Amino acid sequence: MSDPKIDGFELKPGFRGMASDTGSDQTMFKGVHWGKAMMWIFLLSDTFVFSCFLIAYMKGRGSTPVEWPNPSEVFALEAFGVPVPLLLIALMTFVLITSSGTMALAVKYGYEKNRKMCGWLVLATAIGGLTFVGMQAYEWSKLIHEGVRPWENPFGAAQFGSFFFMITGFHGTHVSIGVIFLFIYAYKVFAGHYENGGKRGWFTTMKGDYVEIEILGLYWHFVDLVWVFIFAFFYLW
Amino acid sequence: MDDTNQINEKDKKPVESTHKIGIYLWIWGLLFVLSFFSYMVDWYQFQGMLRWSLILFFMFAKAGLIMAFFMHLFWERYALVNVLLWPMTAIACFVFLMAAEFEYTLFSRMFYFFVGGGA
Repeated sequence: MSDPKIDGFELKPGFRGMASDTGSDQTMFKGVHWGKAMMWIFLLSDTFVFSCFLIAYMKGRGSTPVEWPNPSEVFALEAFGVPVPLLLIALMTFVLITSSGTMALAVKYGYEKNRKMCGWLVLATAIGGLTFVGMQAYEWSKLIHEGVRPWENPFGAAQFGSFFFMITGFHGTHVSIGVIFLFIYAYKVFAGHYENGGKRGWFTTMKGDYVEIEILGLYWHFVDLVWVFIFAFFYLW
Repeated sequence: MDDTNQINEKDKKPVESTHKIGIYLWIWGLLFVLSFFSYMVDWYQFQGMLRWSLILFFMFAKAGLIMAFFMHLFWERYALVNVLLWPMTAIACFVFLMAAEFEYTLFSRMFYFFVGGGA
C-alpha cells in the first residue's frame, strides 16, 4: 500500500527518492494508484475550502465588538436533569473517531483480502457516520427551536448562526456523501467485486481493487480530520 | 514495517505489505484519550492562554495521528507527503493575514464608535 519499491523503479527513501520520483520520466507518483493520487489532490483542495470557512469564522468572530455566544452553554444538553456542557458534541466526536478506527481496520483487512472482515468494518463505519448525521440533525433542530438563525440568535453576536450553519452544514454534507459511498462500497465488498483480480470498478469499466477501500478511507479520515478542527475552533475556543 | 519479509516467508499465500493491527488499535486508543482530554479543557473551564494552548496542542496531536497513521502518510513516499504538506504554509500565511485584519477591523469599529468619524 505504501511500499516505495515499485516494479522496475526503485525509490530511495527520503528526499533522494522524492527527487527521483518528482523528476522522473512521464509521470510523478510512479506506482501509486491514480485514484489515490487524485483523492489526495481533491482532499488538498477541500482542505483549502474548509480553511477558508474557518478563517472567515476567525475574522468574523474577532472583528465583532459584540459578545460571542458561549459555546459550552449554547451546546449544553440536559442529562438526568443536569445541564452537561458540550455533551452532544462529545458524543458526536466519540462516534466519528470510532468510525474512523473501523475504517482504518477495514483498509487493513481489505489489503489482506479478508472480504468478510473488510465488509463488516466498512458497514460499521457507515452506521457510525449515519449516527453522526442523525445527531447533527438533532443538534440543528434543537438550535433552530431555540431561535438560532443565520442572521440572529438569542445568545450574542448575530454572526454566530451563519458561521455555525455554514461550517457544520458543509461538514455534515461531506459526512452524508461519505455515508452513501460507504454503504455502496460495503455492498461491493460483500458482493466480491474486488475478489480474484477484481470484477467491477466504480463508474468505470476498469477492474476494481481493494485499493478503492483505501481511497474511500482517505476521504473518511479527512472528514474526521476536519471535525477535529471544527471541534477545537468552533466548540471549544 | 520491517517485518513483512518474515510474514512472507512463513505464509504460503503472498500477502501485501500491511501493518500490524496493534498500531491501529494504539492510534485509535490515543485518539480517544486525546479527545477526552480536550473535552476536559472545557469541563474544567480553563481560560485564557492555558485554554487556547491546550486546545491547539490536542487538536494538532489528533490531526497528526490521523494523518500519519490512519491516512498512512507516515509510510508514504516523500513526493506525496511534500506535495500535500507544503501548501499548508499558504494557509498559515492566510491565517496570520486575516488575524491582522480582524484586529484592525475591530480597532476601527471601536474607534469610530467611541471617537466618531469627525466632520
